[in-house]
Amino acid sequence: MSRVRVLVGTRKGAFILSADGKRDRWDVSGPHFAGWEIYHVKGSPAEPNRLYASQTSAWFGQQIQRSDNGGRTWEPVGNAFVYDGVPGTHQWYDGTPHPWEFARVWHLEPSLTDPDTVYAGAEDAALFRSTDGGLNWSELSGLRSHGTGPSWQPGAGGMCLHTILLDPVNPDRIFVAISAAGAFRSDDGGTTWKPINHGLRSEGIPNPEAEVGHCVHRIALHPSNPDRLYMQKHWDVMRSDDAGDSWTEVSGNLPTDFGFPIDVHAHEPQTIYVVPIKSDSEHFPLDGKLRVYRSRTGGTKWEALTTGLPQRDCYVNVLRDAMSVDSLDPCGIYFGTTGGAVYGSNDEGDTWTPIVRDLPAVYSVEVQTLP
Amino acid sequence: MIRVVLPAQLRTLARIEGEVSLKVSGAATQRSVLDALEARYPMLRGAIRDRATQKRRPFVRFFACERDLSHETPDAELPAAVATGAEPLLVVGAMAGG
Repeated sequence: MSRVRVLVGTRKGAFILSADGKRDRWDVSGPHFAGWEIYHVKGSPAEPNRLYASQTSAWFGQQIQRSDNGGRTWEPVGNAFVYDGVPGTHQWYDGTPHPWEFARVWHLEPSLTDPDTVYAGAEDAALFRSTDGGLNWSELSGLRSHGTGPSWQPGAGGMCLHTILLDPVNPDRIFVAISAAGAFRSDDGGTTWKPINHGLRSEGIPNPEAEVGHCVHRIALHPSNPDRLYMQKHWDVMRSDDAGDSWTEVSGNLPTDFGFPIDVHAHEPQTIYVVPIKSDSEHFPLDGKLRVYRSRTGGTKWEALTTGLPQRDCYVNVLRDAMSVDSLDPCGIYFGTTGGAVYGSNDEGDTWTPIVRDLPAVYSVEVQTLP
Repeated sequence: MIRVVLPAQLRTLARIEGEVSLKVSGAATQRSVLDALEARYPMLRGAIRDRATQKRRPFVRFFACERDLSHETPDAELPAAVATGAEPLLVVGAMAGG
């Protein structure tokens, strides 16, 4: 019987939640790296027991940890993230030039085919790649140097490259998203890049339809149709049917179009999930009701999923990397909250159960479906 | 031998129990001691000093002989009691944060 392994990064360590294919009884291991911030843990699609974790601390800096046995043991690998050449400047919060400075790795994206190749999304925004299992890292500096980099500004959480999508059909195509610069695409394996933000509209910047400057919170795709992208922006849920060349708003009947994560059903490329959050500064669910919204039409028409989720006095957030799906049938959906709960649904979101309730604030949730 | 006491987080990271004893060639300075420490435990590179600038990380301090040596230059000689191993060099994570 298939199994699932849920990799949870939190403010004070990593946890691994495991279950069989029924997904109704869970084993919890952790905390791994207790006391450290774990921004992200993700497994290699090519070798599921190969895991990578981003371990960071305001005191002691960045570490990358690697496991070759599904998270039972870990080894620190390389942590030298050096910007290519003279890194130059981006804009600071006040609009003045600010030198690019490495702070941490937000997101790790292992190659779809090679367990030793992994991409890292950094703050200050840059994309790094390792081809030796995380020992050595090189910047794909064409992203920062394509022309708009000096005008990028940080969002409230820092100027982070938080999303990396590898196209399963075209191995030369990579999508990334940066707060608060926008979405970008490479069609040559990461050497050259262009902004893909046409159609986005952000009222909080001087030119609401500027080429860059948009606070993109998350983008997602389905492997069967990687030209269709979904986006949760600071405000607005968006869809592109041409690999990001143009975007259309699909917020539809959502109670608020602000939120952080967005993800796609494993078997239905047009079924997507978001967690609407009240903004601008509150960042908790509307009316204290934690609701996932599902669209079976690629956006625009949304339904609230509430069964098993707290429907009163709930004031948590769900961060951008804290939602994931498994590939079992029916599809499982998982998300973690800043209140330390990880909720799971083994029926496409119709009903939810807390797998754990009291972890440290959850930063990231990734799911592996194992044979 | 020079004795170094690391904070718990870094002992866990480097799988160190208790103090570290290091042989340092030449004068015992912050730089020579940290160079020797990082040579033996490469995972500590970047954890005490910034990898690029080699500057002490802001929330890390160096204490010895009841003195705060954090603002000494990296090439200043450490106290004689540290150089002889009578006293340890303490690498301390600032008490801050939640």
